[in-house]
Amino acid sequence: MATREVISTGNELAALAAVDAGCMFFGGYPLTPSSEIMHEISDLLPKKGGVAIQMEDEIGGICAVIGAAMVGQRALTATSGPGMSLKAEQLGLAQMAEVPLVCVNVMRGGPSTGLPTRVSQGDILQAKNPSHGDYKSITLCAGSLAECYTEVVRAFNLADRFMQPVIVLLDETIGHMHGKANIPTAEDVEAGIVPRKRFDGPAEEYFPYGVEHDEPAVLNPMYEGYRYHFTGLHHDKKGYPTEEIETCRKLIQRLEDKVAFHEDEVESFEEFMMEDAEVMIIAYGSVSLAAKEAIRHLRADGIKAGLFRPITIWPSPAKKIKEHTDKIEKVLVVELNIAQYHGEIQRAAARLDIDGLFKVNGRPISPHEIVSKVKEL
Amino acid sequence: MAFNYDKYLRLEKMPTLWCWGCGDGVILKAFVRAIDKMGMSQDDVCVVSGIGCSGRFSSYVDFNTVHTTHGRTIAYATGIKLARPDKMVVCVAGDGDALAIGGNHTIHGCRRNIDLTMIIINNFIYGLTNSQTSPTTPKGMWTVSQKAGNIDPTFDTCKLAIAAGASFVARESMLDPKRLEKSMIKAMQHKGFSMMEVLSNCHINLGRKNKMVSAMENLAWIDSITTTKKKYDAMTPEERLNLLPTGILHEDTEADEYCDMYAEIQKVHQGERKVITQDDFAKKI
Repeated sequence: MATREVISTGNELAALAAVDAGCMFFGGYPLTPSSEIMHEISDLLPKKGGVAIQMEDEIGGICAVIGAAMVGQRALTATSGPGMSLKAEQLGLAQMAEVPLVCVNVMRGGPSTGLPTRVSQGDILQAKNPSHGDYKSITLCAGSLAECYTEVVRAFNLADRFMQPVIVLLDETIGHMHGKANIPTAEDVEAGIVPRKRFDGPAEEYFPYGVEHDEPAVLNPMYEGYRYHFTGLHHDKKGYPTEEIETCRKLIQRLEDKVAFHEDEVESFEEFMMEDAEVMIIAYGSVSLAAKEAIRHLRADGIKAGLFRPITIWPSPAKKIKEHTDKIEKVLVVELNIAQYHGEIQRAAARLDIDGLFKVNGRPISPHEIVSKVKEL
Repeated sequence: MAFNYDKYLRLEKMPTLWCWGCGDGVILKAFVRAIDKMGMSQDDVCVVSGIGCSGRFSSYVDFNTVHTTHGRTIAYATGIKLARPDKMVVCVAGDGDALAIGGNHTIHGCRRNIDLTMIIINNFIYGLTNSQTSPTTPKGMWTVSQKAGNIDPTFDTCKLAIAAGASFVARESMLDPKRLEKSMIKAMQHKGFSMMEVLSNCHINLGRKNKMVSAMENLAWIDSITTTKKKYDAMTPEERLNLLPTGILHEDTEADEYCDMYAEIQKVHQGERKVITQDDFAKKI
């Protein structure tokens, strides 16, 4: 794949990625530290005939995005923790009605107003289940400037493949990082777009939700002669509300299975110096950059450390994690929250002796802190 | 020949969930006749509804239909309209949906003057959920959440919409379906944000505890609190007390419509015009 070199920030690259991936609509609300995504895309979208609108609140932002997505457009919203909390109910509707969209969350300190301008990874569990009810989230986490671009592109393709919202987590450090990145060319990104499925048969034979048990709904764009019903209620194959027991069960099971049966299409991770590792560090987002630096220092001191970095956070790369944790005794999870992903690693590894290094004061974890912790293990 | 509604209805969804004698059906029929008179193709119309009795409106009519979350019809419709400015979007919501939980979207939809039609079915109560106070429940009425009598002041939907910037504002009641149909046509034909408040009955969950046990008694009460705009305008302030004017209350055909204005933004970014400045607007602040 051809690449181009750019000098930019994580937030601006996320906006550029969306536009290159065919996004035609942005709806949002100002929220530190994500606002630069809106600033950037409000120039980029109208240039190519798209729309970027600042709505009256976070809820309005995602509602407008879902509306545009119902019309068939690729659509983006961006926010941070407080906005995610406000958007949660609409994310639930998008899960239930199977409307694809991408939601970028540039994580800051929480809960509540928290530390608006400082870094955190406190929204990991929120990203798994932002809304009430059962569904299977897809959440990606960028660990470098370049990934702010590539993961947003991947998110759009996954959203259309699985017909559901895809959350991309940046953290404040990554979002505001400024530097050089090698990213795919716009032409390559465009060539890689897999548009959502559509039904082309006679309208009377169209059942948008009448699909196989592990497949997403096939939702044709509105206004194109295929009239059906979107609802957040339990619904039948035409989208009409129903309380029929078996239809309800099948619907919710399908929301789970459409992802669970195809996790290999979603899975993504990076292994760094893992071949001979005797200490396994697990980190994601900006923390993984500090972890890589720490590993270089540790190796210089004769400690064979390696990094496992999940890029798709939900569903977690559980099988791959277990493969490693079955072989490696010393496992350390490093994250900017109190054990949010640590619990998932314990589950995947089926081990309760996983170590952790956690920080929740809004400051990054330094390579030195990781080195010290590993030496204590 | 009697009007045949079948073409516009999802007959498999009939009968509706609405109670015997509910005004929602009368409003739905007026809406369908209005669309038919306008000669609109069903494929070119999107109906977006909220939560509550009126939320079911969208599932009964055969258009592109969206049943959103509580209070968010206008926000969803804004995305739909901006994505397809050439197509029609109509929102249907109740008084609780549009004025309480969705109040923010209602005022900002009016302010943007985006080309949507908002039909607020005002039955003065949360009907579906058993009689809780809504922002239009008259003071002194019994509600299940204020059994000692409602003390909350009410919103005047139409005054609110005018103040917020809607360029078309009308109020009708379901007592006169013909007039309602005509006003709906005007609202939908108007370019800009059209607020259409339709007063309706809920004798089950408003009426029973407020001495209006039948639909007819509830409707008689609506009749007693409404008068035509023409008569209302001729009244003294004392005479206007406790009365709501009906008819087209506000119409501004000159106001900038949001999708049109956004097209100007696109032109700026595409190098077809200079940036928009205050000088581009007649009204400056």
